[in-house]
Amino acid sequence: MSNELAIHGQGETMVSHDAHHEHDLHHHKQSFITKYVFSQDHKTICKQFLITGIIWAMIGGLMSVIFRLQLGYPDSTFPWLEDILGKWAKGGKLTPEAYYALVTMHGTILVFFVLTGGLSGTFANFLIPLQIGARDMASPFLNMLSYWFFWLGSVVLLSSLFIETGPASGGWTIYPPLSALGDANLGSQAGMDFWIVGMALFVISSLLGGLNYITTILNMRTKGMSMTRLPLTIWALLFTAILGVLSFPVLLSGLILLMFDRHFGTSFFLSDIFITATQTALPNEGGSPILFQHLFWFLGHPEVYIIILPAMGLVSEVMAINARKPIFGYMAMVGSLFAITILAFLVWAHHMFVTGLNPFLGSVFVLLTLLIAVPSAIKVFNWLTTLWRGNLRFTPGMLFAIGFVSIFISGGLTGIFIGNSTLDIHLHDTYFMIAHFHLVMGVAAFFGMFCGVYHWFPKMFGRYMNNTMAYIHFWVTLAGAYLIFWPMHYEGLAGMPRRYMDYSGWSSFNKFAGLNQFITDVALIVFAVQLMFVFNFFYSIFKGRKVTTKNPWGANTLEWTTPIRPGHGNWVGEIPEVYRWAYDYGKDGKDFIPQTEPLGADEQHH
Amino acid sequence: MSHSLEFANVVDQNKKIHPHKFTLWVGIASILMMFAGLTSAYLVKREQPGWTNFQVPLIFWYSTATILISSLTMYIALKSFRERSIIKYKRLVAVTALLGILFMVLQFFGFRQLWLSGMVLRGSGAAQFLYIIAGLHALHVLGGVIAVLTLFVRSGNARIRSYNIIPVEVVSTYWHFVDLLWIYLFIFFLWVQ
Repeated sequence: MSNELAIHGQGETMVSHDAHHEHDLHHHKQSFITKYVFSQDHKTICKQFLITGIIWAMIGGLMSVIFRLQLGYPDSTFPWLEDILGKWAKGGKLTPEAYYALVTMHGTILVFFVLTGGLSGTFANFLIPLQIGARDMASPFLNMLSYWFFWLGSVVLLSSLFIETGPASGGWTIYPPLSALGDANLGSQAGMDFWIVGMALFVISSLLGGLNYITTILNMRTKGMSMTRLPLTIWALLFTAILGVLSFPVLLSGLILLMFDRHFGTSFFLSDIFITATQTALPNEGGSPILFQHLFWFLGHPEVYIIILPAMGLVSEVMAINARKPIFGYMAMVGSLFAITILAFLVWAHHMFVTGLNPFLGSVFVLLTLLIAVPSAIKVFNWLTTLWRGNLRFTPGMLFAIGFVSIFISGGLTGIFIGNSTLDIHLHDTYFMIAHFHLVMGVAAFFGMFCGVYHWFPKMFGRYMNNTMAYIHFWVTLAGAYLIFWPMHYEGLAGMPRRYMDYSGWSSFNKFAGLNQFITDVALIVFAVQLMFVFNFFYSIFKGRKVTTKNPWGANTLEWTTPIRPGHGNWVGEIPEVYRWAYDYGKDGKDFIPQTEPLGADEQHH
Repeated sequence: MSHSLEFANVVDQNKKIHPHKFTLWVGIASILMMFAGLTSAYLVKREQPGWTNFQVPLIFWYSTATILISSLTMYIALKSFRERSIIKYKRLVAVTALLGILFMVLQFFGFRQLWLSGMVLRGSGAAQFLYIIAGLHALHVLGGVIAVLTLFVRSGNARIRSYNIIPVEVVSTYWHFVDLLWIYLFIFFLWVQ
């Protein structure tokens, strides 16, 4: 009943059930605005998040292509760069300011606006009500606000690209004093304010979303849907939302303090500074830049799990469906998600080993960091054992799920290297770090996202994506990801530092010129293939092959019991009741048994 | 028949928390994390050189008393709503909103007194934290005042008489929360100097 309440707004709470029976799908009269723009339907909000995320991913990806061109071809000029970037690429060569601005914005956009907003926003909105059996979120209105705050944050951040002094350029982690002093560099002026305001709006969006996801999962499951019958996607999205709700406010408090340091003369993060550019000594004293790093990484570390947990959930679900086998170790999967969530809050200082952190404190964080290897390994083991002797169907979604596991292992193993403070001191500021986090959280999360998009596209749009393009997309992206990031491990182990735009005058590292060029070439190809994915996505919305059956993948979960194009409210008539867990594949000689099928006489409760 | 269904529903309701209330509790956890972040920043920063302290102005004691009383009026308001004495409820809701406004005004005068004593934003110490932390808290009280005023306006609508208690309970829980949050912050500033 609370579902009905949520959709139809406030009402008397004490009404009997039968009063609600006349509700069906087309209860509201909807105009174009309420249906597609200010929609409160979780499925429309999901698509809004997804498409905004795709646009952001193209912008953020293009930025990486541009700075990769600089890294791969430091001596060449690209006149077309001046056409699009103007004074930031005079004569077709990036200025140092532009290089840093691009790197900063690439990180910010991909980490927050694509892999948090785009990934959680999309799949939490889409899957939570559909898979737990609810008509919509606990508060569809807050849900709508969540998207529009995201949109507003996006607009603010995007407009910072066009202001005269350029966008923020102090790195996506915006460490003070660089970010706190407008005189420090161009990007620390108005661009930094735009960054802070945009991120504050993003945090609000993510909190409103998270509140809703948690409440909906815990309170609005359909009859019979106990917590242990939930698909792993929902477990993952629940833990993601908990991480977000508890860690984003801390970032917000850090941003507020930073804003006061920037504009009102407080000294939270500033101390004893002399600016050579203006020949002035600042009056600030007693501020601690390390304090900012603590506040930032208290969010920043959970943030990487906010990115990877939804991907893990999507992969688990798609993998079980396409291996036609129950997920191996369901409770271990839930337990390891839980363990990761707890540990996520206890390891933030491993990002700060090179800041002069107390070595004793560092060793505690080393231990806690390395502990994450345990739940991660449990998950990898369970994915591999789910694949083991499965009846594999290599759909595009499944390929990306398997690719995810491969990339996650490759990227995760290097985490053990840099989780050790002693090794980290050597490796922290090198390309080894770039290789590590791009594989384990960047590429892996993208693989999870692609896996989800290909798999649920038929449910979202009633059509399939083109398979040929999908296979090309997968193989080129998988090979490309390894070809781009694998060589960076060698560069990093050799000590090649990150955050430089040109190594050609540096005899220790200019031997890598050929390798850098190779990485850039591969990056260009991979980016082109992503554009093909985007084309496939939009083309298939309108022209894709139509879905003709409700349950094209032969899946057990509830979303496949809705009509092919479900209206607002998802189910016509009653919400189905659930009798079993989501993973009865290949059981008792049956290919699959949907969750809505009552237990047979010979079956036991699960 | 319909009576028994209603009864079943009420029992069901008592067992399961309403989603809007649950959302509020999660939201409270989130707000708490923000203030936990700020107060731990205070604790870290306190160890740095150049830290200055301030004398807590007397006026903050009055504002503390005000918000405590407003919690009491909110509590009685909810009670009278349960007893369906709507006139009394309306009056108490209005008093709560006024006390909330009074609280913010008193905070403002507290800030002013500190500011005039030379504790401006330029500097490094407890006062700068106070302006930000208590300022953010006042913003949360402002949100509460708006919510309470919404309750008041709604109860004034003679055409639609709603006995739905959920919004009243949600607002009152939030109100007690901002009250307790201030008590925590006040004690924090009194003790940790």
